[in-house]
Amino acid sequence: MQLTLNIPVLCAIPLAPMIGSMIAGFFGTKLGGDRIGHGVCQFVTILGVTIAFALSCNVLSQVMDGFYFNGTVYRWMQLGELNLDIGFLIDPLTATMMCVVTFVSLMVHIYTIGYMRGEEGYNRFFSYISLFTFAMLMLVMSNNLLQLFFGWEAVGVVSYLLIGFYFERQSAVFANMKAFLVNRIGDFGFILGIGLLLASTGSMQYDVIFAQNTALAAQTLPGTSWNLVTVACICLFIGAMGKSAQFPLHVWLPDSMEGPTPISALIHAATMVTAGIFMVARMSPLFELSDVALSFILIIGSITALFMGFLGIVQNDIKRVVAYSTLSQLGYMTIALGVSAYPVAIFHLMTHAFFKALLFLAAGSVILGMHHEQDMRKMGGLWKYMPITCLMMLLGNLALIGTPFFSGFYSKDSIIEAVAASHIPGSGFAYFAVMASVFVTALYSFRLYFWVFHGKARWGHAADHHAHAEQGDDHAHHGLAPGEKPHESPLVVTLPLILLAIPSVIIGFYTISPLLFGTYFGDSIFIDLARHPVMKELEDEFHGPIAMALHAFTSPVLLLVVLGVLTAAIGYLWAPKLPSKFAEAFAPLKKLLDNKYYLDDFNQTVFAKGLIWIGGVLWHRGDQKVIDGFFVNGSAHAVGRFAGVIRHLQSGYLYHYAFAMISGLAVLLAWVLYAYLPFVR
Amino acid sequence: MNITLAHYLVLGAILFATSVIGIFLNRKNIIVLLMAIELMLLAVNMNFIAFSHYLGDMAGQVFVFFILTVAAAEAAIGLAILVVLFRKVDTINADDLDHLKG
Repeated sequence: MQLTLNIPVLCAIPLAPMIGSMIAGFFGTKLGGDRIGHGVCQFVTILGVTIAFALSCNVLSQVMDGFYFNGTVYRWMQLGELNLDIGFLIDPLTATMMCVVTFVSLMVHIYTIGYMRGEEGYNRFFSYISLFTFAMLMLVMSNNLLQLFFGWEAVGVVSYLLIGFYFERQSAVFANMKAFLVNRIGDFGFILGIGLLLASTGSMQYDVIFAQNTALAAQTLPGTSWNLVTVACICLFIGAMGKSAQFPLHVWLPDSMEGPTPISALIHAATMVTAGIFMVARMSPLFELSDVALSFILIIGSITALFMGFLGIVQNDIKRVVAYSTLSQLGYMTIALGVSAYPVAIFHLMTHAFFKALLFLAAGSVILGMHHEQDMRKMGGLWKYMPITCLMMLLGNLALIGTPFFSGFYSKDSIIEAVAASHIPGSGFAYFAVMASVFVTALYSFRLYFWVFHGKARWGHAADHHAHAEQGDDHAHHGLAPGEKPHESPLVVTLPLILLAIPSVIIGFYTISPLLFGTYFGDSIFIDLARHPVMKELEDEFHGPIAMALHAFTSPVLLLVVLGVLTAAIGYLWAPKLPSKFAEAFAPLKKLLDNKYYLDDFNQTVFAKGLIWIGGVLWHRGDQKVIDGFFVNGSAHAVGRFAGVIRHLQSGYLYHYAFAMISGLAVLLAWVLYAYLPFVR
Repeated sequence: MNITLAHYLVLGAILFATSVIGIFLNRKNIIVLLMAIELMLLAVNMNFIAFSHYLGDMAGQVFVFFILTVAAAEAAIGLAILVVLFRKVDTINADDLDHLKG
């Protein structure tokens, strides 16, 4: 008999950040008349998130002791046979996610105190990120698809609000609209998938759906010969593609960097974008039934991992490099899902959350030290001025590229080995993609590191910085004026970096054995080992984390990493002229990468213009001509024309009416008499 | 010569036809129109009385009284409206009263 968790504790976890958010949002902004100041706002929101984090850790330790919870907390509504419930499913998968989300969120909250100091909308920002924490917790703790979808949409809304945080800026408004629209496409697929499962199983509860697994596998989509599970899984995955920014729905994520850096770390790197990965792992009993869906996932992940990595190489904006790196790493996680290595995907999700949040926050620290300059061409040699940030960025990058003993190494190497062990269609391409990405990742990571922190200082040329400072929000054009020096960030900024660097370095070493090969996940992730024996093969090759790291020194993966770092060192440390010559030699390729494979232009011209054109046609032809012209006004005109003819019968003379009446009466009488009174005939 | 039911009915029919023609042909004034309507009612009354006598049922003659009462009231109201109409439009010429023309 499993032990059950305490419901009030579980309810408190998402509600604590929400209450903090509401206090900050309603009383700290213009909405509530600015009743409370910055100090109170940051206190209540951080308190809320701290409570959530502490309780999550408590839940995690309880779950590891065998506690479990799956039940309804509140019945939202009942529609006939269908119950819409708010419920929690707390198992190791959920508990892991809860801890990651609340920990990164807490770090970001603390960091925000330093990063957003003196900004317009300080309280609003705190309110949003706490609201995000609430939504994300609702998403991961859900025990049914409806609540998952609620959380899914709620994090999307907060993401929208935060990308457009500087709403006076045209580019921010464009970016948040873009994120919103692209996510709608994904959500459309997602809701179709949910609907399909609801229609075929009659429930949205995970356990009810999974219990009908075998029955579902035999069904086909009514009216077609398509396997129902395959269609449902691909629909669900399209939702994940939108939220987790997989090709071709990835276009919103680089633009989301318009938001302030802390939320780029929290939402667009560590937590929200991993919701899709989490969802697929959560629905693993269904995805395991469909090799087609898994192959589809694998191919999409491979394309994302490889091609988004290439784009990271040509970016000049420090945040965009990290953003493309996030896309590439999300591709890795998706690949792991595609080869049925769900625990590996969640493992990489966790390590990635730590080191990518670290990288983003470190990038934010650089931006802060450079007076809101984001262009790496105007940085260089910063290590002398920002030693802590520099060290933390180095640790984050080492974790990201997969240096042995760092957390990123364990998760990434496991993914590579899982792909190598897989035999489902597409795994060959995926293997090439992950191997090439290793090199690319090392290249762009250390390009960023060397370019920003080492080499010649290229800053101090920004014209009259103080004149810009008066304008307040237009951060894109700031920088250091001549004579100014970059400065290390305050403790509230560097402390979260240090606290994130610790798990970034060590967490992989300590958690790989239980997470991947132990019984940690238990029943929360289902893998059909007979058909997809990837995890089994990984386990056979695994001889402890130390052996794994040592083995890496003989593998080609590490060679690729070293090559990547060396390439970056040559190009950005020793021979700074080389990259531009290289770019000239391969000008068409550079142009292709600079334009992001023309995907944005393609979307703008084909989809955006095309939809506007279709909308125009439907408006002019369909609405104005057919509906308005024919049906609405047309029927009115027809009546009018008919009446215009008929009205000539209305002479206005009394005797005409009387005549009509009497003759009508005579005719009626004659007819009645003839028809109903037989003796008249 | 015996006066039979048929004679009364023919008289009623003639009265009725006269009044219908009176309505149609009258282009001059509305008082004639009202008179024609009264005549029509009388034609009906004639039929009622003839049938009542023929069938030996007094109900028909009772009905005639009702109709006469209603006809009197109707004539009073009709004339009153006519007076108001005349005050308003200064004419009782049927040809001039074509305000209902579409």
